[in-house]
Amino acid sequence: MMRSPPPSLHPSRTAAQSLIAATAISKTYQTPGHAGRLVIDQIDFALGEGEIVAILGKSGSGKSTFLRILAGLTLPSGGAVYYRGQEVHGPAQGIAMVFQSFALFPWLTVLGNVELGLEAQGVPRAERRRRAIAAIDLIGLDGFESAYPKELSGGMRQRVGFARALVVNPDVLLLDEPFSALDVLTAETLRGDIIDLWLERRVPTKGIIIVSHNIEEAVELADRIIIFGSDPAVIRADIPVPMPRPRDFNTPAFRRIVDEVYALLTTVPGREGGKRGARSETIDIAYRLPDASIQQLAGLLDALSAPPYNGRADLPQLAESEHLSTDDLMVLTETLQLLGFAQVEGGDIETLPAGRSFAVADLLHRKQIFAVHILRSVPLIAHIRKVLDERPGHSAPEGRFLAELEDHLSEDEAQRVIETVINWGRYAELFAYDYDSGILSLENP
Amino acid sequence: MPQRWELPSIAWPQRLRPSYWDGVALPLVIGALMLIAWASRQMNVPYQPGEALPISLDPLYLPEYGLRTVLRMALALICSLAFSLVYAALAAKSKRAERILLPVLDVLQSVPILGFLSITVTGFVALFPGRLLGYECAAIFAIFTSQAWNMTFSLYQSFIGVPHDLREAARMYHLSPWQSFWQLEVPFALPHLVWNMMISVSGGWFFVVASEAISVSGKTVLLPGIGSYIALAIDRRDLDAVFYAIFAMLVLILLYDQLLFRPLLAWVQRFKVEEIGTDEIEPPWFLVMLQRARLFHLLALVADEAGALAGRLRRLAPPRARVPAPPSPWRGALFDWAWNGVLILGVAAGLAAIYDVVHNEVGWHEIVHVVLLGCITLARVVVLIVLAALFWVPVGVWIGLRPRLARLVQPWIQFLAAFPANLFFPLAVSAIVEFKLDPEIWLSPLMILGTQWYILFNVIAGTLALPTDYQLVAGNLGVGGWLWWRRLVLPGIFPALVTGAVTAAGGSWNASIVAEIARWGNTTLTATGIGAYIAIETEKGDFPRLALGITVLCLFVLVFNRLIWRRLYRLAEERLRLD
Repeated sequence: MMRSPPPSLHPSRTAAQSLIAATAISKTYQTPGHAGRLVIDQIDFALGEGEIVAILGKSGSGKSTFLRILAGLTLPSGGAVYYRGQEVHGPAQGIAMVFQSFALFPWLTVLGNVELGLEAQGVPRAERRRRAIAAIDLIGLDGFESAYPKELSGGMRQRVGFARALVVNPDVLLLDEPFSALDVLTAETLRGDIIDLWLERRVPTKGIIIVSHNIEEAVELADRIIIFGSDPAVIRADIPVPMPRPRDFNTPAFRRIVDEVYALLTTVPGREGGKRGARSETIDIAYRLPDASIQQLAGLLDALSAPPYNGRADLPQLAESEHLSTDDLMVLTETLQLLGFAQVEGGDIETLPAGRSFAVADLLHRKQIFAVHILRSVPLIAHIRKVLDERPGHSAPEGRFLAELEDHLSEDEAQRVIETVINWGRYAELFAYDYDSGILSLENP
Repeated sequence: MPQRWELPSIAWPQRLRPSYWDGVALPLVIGALMLIAWASRQMNVPYQPGEALPISLDPLYLPEYGLRTVLRMALALICSLAFSLVYAALAAKSKRAERILLPVLDVLQSVPILGFLSITVTGFVALFPGRLLGYECAAIFAIFTSQAWNMTFSLYQSFIGVPHDLREAARMYHLSPWQSFWQLEVPFALPHLVWNMMISVSGGWFFVVASEAISVSGKTVLLPGIGSYIALAIDRRDLDAVFYAIFAMLVLILLYDQLLFRPLLAWVQRFKVEEIGTDEIEPPWFLVMLQRARLFHLLALVADEAGALAGRLRRLAPPRARVPAPPSPWRGALFDWAWNGVLILGVAAGLAAIYDVVHNEVGWHEIVHVVLLGCITLARVVVLIVLAALFWVPVGVWIGLRPRLARLVQPWIQFLAAFPANLFFPLAVSAIVEFKLDPEIWLSPLMILGTQWYILFNVIAGTLALPTDYQLVAGNLGVGGWLWWRRLVLPGIFPALVTGAVTAAGGSWNASIVAEIARWGNTTLTATGIGAYIAIETEKGDFPRLALGITVLCLFVLVFNRLIWRRLYRLAEERLRLD
């Protein structure tokens, strides 16, 4: 049964000509024995004809899940997705996807991989071959038809991924971080080639959604950038990018939008403008701690405190000079804000007194400063320490805290958070942990 | 799936022009077809129970017997393949089916293979009265049981391990479940499956030999084959004939290896998903012939056309909706209830049957007796595995530290593992008789004769996988002697050692049925144990006791696996993995 969306459900943007419309999409993950965990909350979204939309958000913010819901690969727990007015219950013909990991079948040649979608549609062999070869030529892979994916470099493999998607003449192309497994140079070339195909209208595709973690990439490609807030995912901002193409990284207009996006991504909600009083509202035991490495954290604080920054830096610039990916930078800035070592405002980061004293301290003192701040700022660590202090044997199994976390987080997320906490706690010498038995204790190893 | 070796659009006419390799391929194919036709006709000759099939010890008959043995093996392998595809697909696709299929497989895996033979032969014979086919089926079924479980587990593991992104790609590009089974799941599973098939066949030779001499209620039927040849040789105390049989077996295994597994192993390289570290394998001659001879291209072309035709026929069915319809929610719940009901009924019926047999036929004191026998065999297995490990670990490490030697030795060890150890039993037994040794002790080593190689093989592989860096560090720090073993080598090879020991122990349980009781002419040697108990009850045709023996042995294996091997595995998995 195909139904048209009831008119009342149309959000304002869902005009009749929208290719994909999503109304009030929610996703809850059910873990056995725990309350469901909401990962996407009431998202309305529409993709218009001729539009490229980029979705940005910190890792684990549910943007990939959202893309899979649009693709029909994952069913939403609430709300509905419409493709050209018809409700989507599974992968619809006319929507194609390119994967971060390429997802090529290693036992098929380039030609075989590109033909796969046509074969599934039952296209006769001669036509199949003709169209596949045309797509391979289009994407610049001629000469590699009989090669196996193993023989190709990452960039060439992703070209096969694009050819496989384009050969079925999709209306909508969904790109799940398609360039993030490639090195910078290769990614840039491929991105340029794809955008050329789009601008010159050499592909029938009418709309593209790209999930990305690279801000420059999003600004270069998109007509519109959607920024996801996490826990659960909501749309925090919808920024139009009204710039002619081709776009130049170094124009002021480009830099201005990049700065704006940086500012939005690195500000922890509820603490905009450095209002630290609001923290208790957003951070509880089940807060999804960013898994920052202490070495990187210390390195960043060192760089930030030293010239040329002297305690204050523009985030895009800092990312470039310290060779940090956007993901890493977001994790680190979030941690610095969380611990009260720095504050972020309008795309700039500035060290706070605690951060400054950490930067000048020696190894031993750093541990002490770190310990004081994580105890104060991370409720989970304070909780663990309290339990350990109160227990007669001053020890407790890791599983106990893991179970508490799993009431709120998925199994993987809970595991990740507990690993981060153990890592920080060990560094701060707040507690010890025995891997073999999984016991947290106050003993000195 | 036909494989394209070059771009067909360019090479159509060329592809079908005969090449020199066709001169080799054509006679081989036709000859093989004729032999198979002849041998399969021999399987279905009329036969009355009690009639003795003429088996001759003349070595001139050995090629014929070898062919019959090989054919049994091949049929069993085909059955195993079909079974494992269906069973693993069901278990991997349906949560409901998985809940029951996996435990069942676990139990089936621990049932002694020769036990299957003893239980099922009557049924098969009744199925084809007055024909030899029933006995043949029973023998093939026994070989099947020695191969199928292992292959099924491997397939199931692969099916559920198909990378998530490939699955998503298949769905995104609208492959039907049937298409994604053959284009994604089966290709992904192939490398592991072929490796497991090879291990299975290695194990299978042992049972092919053991299952050709079938006892039905006190009478022994000898099916023409190498196993029967050797059974007769034992009966006549003919050592020369024993050696002929060993030689014939050697040739057979070599042929299987060269014609089937070397080409298969080289061919499945392409299906491996790992992107780096794939060693280029020198293409074996048989694979080269398959690829070069145009005859096979012609066959591939025919298969390809047939596939395309099937595809066109399928499209005559109404086309799928452009946007898929929503799934119906209530059907699942109803099905769940029905399914659980069937399961409960099945379990209740099984328990009732067991209680009936135990209570009315054998009695509880017999159970205690059999459990004690099981403990004795358990002690044998444990002692033997420990002894074998103590002996083979140093040897394996010594070889593994010399990679060039290891590469030289490995195929031979694989070969030794494949060689049916029961062919050597007569030699050992005649020695025991000759030197008047105590069978309680000296029959035991026979249990591990064929399976110890798994320990050696895995230890060598484990040592080879130990990064050279670690050895350099150990050398640099002056770590030597016992410390070197304790800190570097033993933890490093532990996972491999556990794998080897598990395989060896599994094989030893099975071998106990033929190893705890042995004959040489009219001398019978018996060692106390559950294997001997099962063998004796089989001969007597006492079904309830036989079932009891098999059940107890099965329970021993299950409990042993749960309590010991699983834990060691977990330890190896969590702490001692190298990556």
